[in-house]
Amino acid sequence: MQIPQVDDRRRLECDVLVVGGGTAGTMAALTAARHGASVLIMEKAHVRHSGALAMGMDGVNNAVVPGKATPEDYVADITVANDGIVNQRTVHRTATRGFEMVQRLESYGVKFEKDEHDEYAVRKVHRSGSYVLPMPEGKEVKKVLYRELRSRKVRANVMMTNRVMPVRVLTEDGRAVGAVGFDTRTGEFVTVSAGAVILAAGACGRLGLPASGYLYGTYENPTNAGDGYAMAYHAGAELSGIECFQINPLIKDYNGPACAYVANPFGGYQVNGEGNRFVDCDYWSGQMMAEVKRELDSSRGPIYLKLSHLPDTTIGEIEGILHTTERPTRGTFHAGRGTDYRERDIEMHISEIGLCSGHSASGVWVDEHARTTVPGLYAAGDMACVPHNYMIGAFVYGDIAGEDAASYAKTAARPELPEDQIEAAHDLIYRPASNPEGPPQPQVEYKLRRFVNDYLQPPKTERYLTLGVEAFERMRVDIAQMGARTPHELMRCAEVTFIRDCAEMAARASLTRTESRWGLYHSRDDLPVQDDANWFCHLNLSKDPSNEQMRFDRRPVAPYIVPVPGFVRPDGVPDAPAPRGTELAEAWR
Amino acid sequence: MAQANSRADVPVTVDEEKCIDGCTLCVDMCPLDSLAIHPETGKAYMHVDECWYCGPCAARCPVDAVTVNIPYLLR
Repeated sequence: MQIPQVDDRRRLECDVLVVGGGTAGTMAALTAARHGASVLIMEKAHVRHSGALAMGMDGVNNAVVPGKATPEDYVADITVANDGIVNQRTVHRTATRGFEMVQRLESYGVKFEKDEHDEYAVRKVHRSGSYVLPMPEGKEVKKVLYRELRSRKVRANVMMTNRVMPVRVLTEDGRAVGAVGFDTRTGEFVTVSAGAVILAAGACGRLGLPASGYLYGTYENPTNAGDGYAMAYHAGAELSGIECFQINPLIKDYNGPACAYVANPFGGYQVNGEGNRFVDCDYWSGQMMAEVKRELDSSRGPIYLKLSHLPDTTIGEIEGILHTTERPTRGTFHAGRGTDYRERDIEMHISEIGLCSGHSASGVWVDEHARTTVPGLYAAGDMACVPHNYMIGAFVYGDIAGEDAASYAKTAARPELPEDQIEAAHDLIYRPASNPEGPPQPQVEYKLRRFVNDYLQPPKTERYLTLGVEAFERMRVDIAQMGARTPHELMRCAEVTFIRDCAEMAARASLTRTESRWGLYHSRDDLPVQDDANWFCHLNLSKDPSNEQMRFDRRPVAPYIVPVPGFVRPDGVPDAPAPRGTELAEAWR
Repeated sequence: MAQANSRADVPVTVDEEKCIDGCTLCVDMCPLDSLAIHPETGKAYMHVDECWYCGPCAARCPVDAVTVNIPYLLR
């Protein structure tokens, strides 16, 4: 293919650039447009079917509905599930704005389950509160959002570029001023000048290699290769909790949720090989994952999702949900293996590792306004560090980011874009095309991700993590020699650089936190004790501008604004409830 | 570098009898951009073995020409 000159490029401009048109990104765009900003969504797939909701979702896991739960319950639940290491102000926003978001989604046409009294049919999966709300017709959620983006009142303010992938955020004087990317079909070089940039690029789901060995058979949508994590890092933003990996209990080989959240209310549950229950709470936490792994590694393995005891009609209902949303091929998978829920329980396994704050806590550090540590740069959704934020949290933080970014962009200066950064990004994108005979991406990526499994999969130890760091440094050489022949292959090659960056962050962060915490997520076999005296803190990483090396900083856990019954803060910092009359106190109406 | 062409069983198949000339819906919708229109036949086909078996290609096909199978390694 022909490599375009640096000057030969499409130059786009907008007030607010949204990187990624998934859950958080579409909501960010809708809100920013509502506040009068001109918005550009850069999406490397097609907004209609992109991100974690490509084919919809069976329900929301974390809706705090008035009368059913309180924000205080939710914040306390999430605090405990994260061993106390949360900035409660961020979690509190998800709790207090989630219901408004449910209503806004309803106004767009999303259906949530109601009972016979027309009340929201929330279900209990978390340790104490009920926040799980099914979405009948959940497969249509992205269609509804897309229709809203294309509506007459919105479309004048929102431009979408499908199949254009950003690779770097541009900064000037430490402020985000745009991005660089390319068209993954034509190879065209693209720059964007923007007043503010919102990163909503999803999880790093293509980090560990699934046990099947299939590169794209990941739990997360494999288009989410950690693009946002790498872009935030290179823009100078802090990331937090990267050592708190995402690991999930899934249908073995298929690698999708089984899913206890769906099956529990119908009477389904997880059992070991002896047919006994082995977890007392099905909520996905590091603690639960440690229990799952213990069971799998013992003579009591494997583990199953047990449904076979249920009546035929109930199983039909469960199939109706599980086989039509998220990835509607579970039925195909089971049919291929001859597994019928009525006769056989479903063999489960644990997933490869990933980074995702939607499920765990690894992400770009944001405050309760979705601001990163780089002015003008925002993060939302799975890649933003708001622990266990799931889909409602992605919508809420997309909304918050859209509003704040629209306001910021109004007064933000629009400098000339930095040509040196544009040239570096051009080299990152097109270098594989100048060496088309180099090792192809599938081989390079397989090798990289096998090292991720070899050295990072918990339980972790210093020796293995150190070998991991060495392997990921060595992979820089392989990546520099990688070859591509088409724009499509260039996309995959750029993604491999993101995966390598995330692997290095995951290894170094895991080495730095010299204790065990969050159950399996950061289980250090050589340091099995939770060391509250030294490690009751956030561990943030960033690129040191003075030497381009990865640096680590401990950030204290902010005083809790919500009391956590039964949890004693090891650092003795007293709670600081929000004063009466402040937004924080009044947010709950 | 020495190169080899090795075959792979790809998960998405297209019934060329049904596939409509000029239609690109499945190609447009695939999150991984794994489908393309074959220059000789004018029909959709899977041009790379990159699949999340998520299904927009099959769901959006107006004539049910697209089938998403589970990738061989997982099947």
